[in-house]
Amino acid sequence: MRLLFGSFFTFLLAAVIGLGATWFALSRGVAFGSLTIGAWTAWPKTGSQEIDPYAHASIARDGELPIGIGDGVAFYARADDAGDEFDGRCTFALSGMTPPARYWTLTLYNLRGGLVANTLERHGFTSEEIVRDLDGSFTITVAPQARPGNWLPTGGIEHFLLVWRLYDTPIGIAATTLKEGPMPAIARKGCS
Amino acid sequence: MIRWLLWLLGGIVLGGVVHLATVLAMPRAATKDAYSRLVPIAPVNTMVQLPAPAAQSSIMPFMDPAFATAVCRYDLSGGSIKLNAPVSEAYTSVTFYTRESVAYYAINDRAAGRRAIELDLMTPEQHAQLPEEEDVTAADRLIIDSPSTTGLIVLRALAPEPGLMPMARSALAAAQCRVEQVQ
Repeated sequence: MRLLFGSFFTFLLAAVIGLGATWFALSRGVAFGSLTIGAWTAWPKTGSQEIDPYAHASIARDGELPIGIGDGVAFYARADDAGDEFDGRCTFALSGMTPPARYWTLTLYNLRGGLVANTLERHGFTSEEIVRDLDGSFTITVAPQARPGNWLPTGGIEHFLLVWRLYDTPIGIAATTLKEGPMPAIARKGCS
Repeated sequence: MIRWLLWLLGGIVLGGVVHLATVLAMPRAATKDAYSRLVPIAPVNTMVQLPAPAAQSSIMPFMDPAFATAVCRYDLSGGSIKLNAPVSEAYTSVTFYTRESVAYYAINDRAAGRRAIELDLMTPEQHAQLPEEEDVTAADRLIIDSPSTTGLIVLRALAPEPGLMPMARSALAAAQCRVEQVQ
């Protein structure tokens, strides 16, 4: 009888710990070999055959096709430079320079990787369509209400994330050091 | 008391095994992975364009809306595949994925260095069976070995601004992927 209870307890514990850890790892998006610049983090190895088992399980579950390492690299941000999570009811300013790349795109997604509805049907910018200052720098305003200049609408959703994709870039292919390039700073400018 | 501690320890160790096994099995067990999502819209060994991602409707998560995308869901069991993709004016890339969504090779238009990206995709066995003469002339012929018999070729063409999307789409429309006859 004691054996029965004991093994039942063991198997139950194993199932709870094992499945719980898997669920936790996949919903948190655990992956190794990250490259962080400011508020932005990329996982260049996820786009190669050296993808780690956690990242592999995660993309298979979500149905994503990661950007290949010979194509480009994707930087994700879900919080500003101060560490405050993005809130679509607030205004954020992205400014500065980008690392060397032939083209880049910036896209706003909800947490499940879907685009967010807005009246302009604008979901992001490319390096070609951005309005720049005379010195080549730029500011993108991520806000729920229309702004002059480069306005990226949040649609007022509670949480969002930003993905900065660099195409045809040396970043991520060579040794991954923090000095590889500047990424735009993200500052919160108040909430409505 | 000691006995219960042993049961507890056994549960934790077994839990670790369950965790690792489920993580490693996930790519094979996933029913909504990219390949499965594309099965209904992409016939085998045919290049098809994907509808642009929009709010509330996109085939896969985290698609880049600035790109036109075309997919060839390949199956090499009937012979190798020849891919021919004219490059668009802005930026074009080809990425190869295994059946389990691992990006094993990617190349862009500039690295390909021509007006069109031309590639032969085959299994390592098919590559080994190539006549040697053909391998010599392979200098101007890029051969990619696929780690899996089935998988995805994804072609992406950038529209630097929304008005240029038709141009990107028409570049992709001319792309072809077809099975080469086995000699």
